[in-house]
Amino acid sequence: MGLNAMVSEVEVFQIVAMFIKILVVVMVCMTVPPLMVWVERRAPALIQRRKGPNRVGVFQFRIWGLMQAIADAVKLIFKEEIVPAVANRRFFHIAPMIGVIPALLTASAIPFGPDIELFGYVVPLTVINVDAGFLFILAISSLGVYGITLAGWASNNKYSLLGSLRSSAQMVSYEIPLGLSLIPLVMIFSTFKLNDIVVSQNNILGWGVFLAPISFFLFAISMFAETNRAPFDLAEADSELVAGFHTEFGSTKFALFFFAEYINMFVLSCLCATLFFGGWQIPFVSHDTVVGILQNITEDYASLLAALVGMLTLIVKAAFFMWFFVWVRWTLPRFRYDQLMGLGWKFLLPLGLFNIAFTALIIAWRTF
Amino acid sequence: MNPYLPVLIIIGIALVVGFALSSLASFMGPKRRTAIKEESYECGVPQVTTGKERMSVKFYMTAILFILFDIETVFLYLWAKVFRDLGWFGITEMAVFLLILFAGFVYIIRRGALEWD
Repeated sequence: MGLNAMVSEVEVFQIVAMFIKILVVVMVCMTVPPLMVWVERRAPALIQRRKGPNRVGVFQFRIWGLMQAIADAVKLIFKEEIVPAVANRRFFHIAPMIGVIPALLTASAIPFGPDIELFGYVVPLTVINVDAGFLFILAISSLGVYGITLAGWASNNKYSLLGSLRSSAQMVSYEIPLGLSLIPLVMIFSTFKLNDIVVSQNNILGWGVFLAPISFFLFAISMFAETNRAPFDLAEADSELVAGFHTEFGSTKFALFFFAEYINMFVLSCLCATLFFGGWQIPFVSHDTVVGILQNITEDYASLLAALVGMLTLIVKAAFFMWFFVWVRWTLPRFRYDQLMGLGWKFLLPLGLFNIAFTALIIAWRTF
Repeated sequence: MNPYLPVLIIIGIALVVGFALSSLASFMGPKRRTAIKEESYECGVPQVTTGKERMSVKFYMTAILFILFDIETVFLYLWAKVFRDLGWFGITEMAVFLLILFAGFVYIIRRGALEWD
């Protein structure tokens, strides 16, 4: 009886913790796209020496045009929804929703802070805390292709179809270098669990980017191709394909595609920070030091505060990569399609295989 | 508690958010449908061909090659996990596997399967 009561209490605690974690992740994911739309309009203004949207605000409070994101959302909601007569209506309505599911699922597999010890329980700060870790992320993130393919096919328009075919061919091609780039990390850290990888990067020289620099190079390039971002935005090459797979989509359906794209960018940025740049750990300051300092302030809630510090650190690191995405977009011109496929298959794939062999030999030479 | 339980909950949340967002405009926006408005986009002229056209076989080739190479990536993941326990035996085995794979890769390139023209 007593044992039963205790077990159920643990489970109640776990379920409450799970719902709080889901809430946090979903809220963060819903905040990122509007913010990024704003950044995406202000950053090119900064790069091209013009003003960008700076007018929208409440009375005289313009806060650098930050309200532009809200104005955009309101505009999209009150637009008329047009479904082309030749479109396949069922898939036309389903396609935008499909992209959001893998985006949110992958976001919730990322460890966003150190374990919390609360009321005698240990709570890992990962919503989907599975041993498969980033295998889960890789598996789920490839499902995003379906939404794009279906969107292009259901529109029944040649620009859309060509855009979606290009996009899906590009995404599947760059999934191979992306997958190959992470294998050396499994060899180095001997685990699939993302939080274990973060914990083993407690020293700045132990960061993934220094242990496997070629992996980082491969990952960074594939990251751009996977999210269909410039210089690999062939899927929506405006000068050839109007807008690619979302040519026929307007109003909130168009907004949903943007949601999925920006959440995916955020997830890949977090993943990049987690695998190569120490995740939620502050450089040069170990986690124990942070907890020690916080324990001087409050004895009881030190691990909770340390988790908050960890979350902030991860967000700062991810924000850098989000900025990197925008920065590259306004710096580099677009590739040609055959160049893109050639780069993926003929350069990155052999490089990925070489990287694995190289890492294997180095580890073997140093340990066996 | 099963660690995969949140997967179901998040799929549910994503479906609700997706459905709410994508149907919001059909409630809020104006509805003035005309035949011209519902035509496909064709840069200002009547639609010449629909999307049900013949497409380059290259996309199909890419998909098939992707499946081949993605499966070997999965093999490599499992090998990478136990690579330290297997020692030199594992490295030799994987070197043979990679060499065979690389031979196939060279064959694909020689046959021009990855040429886009």
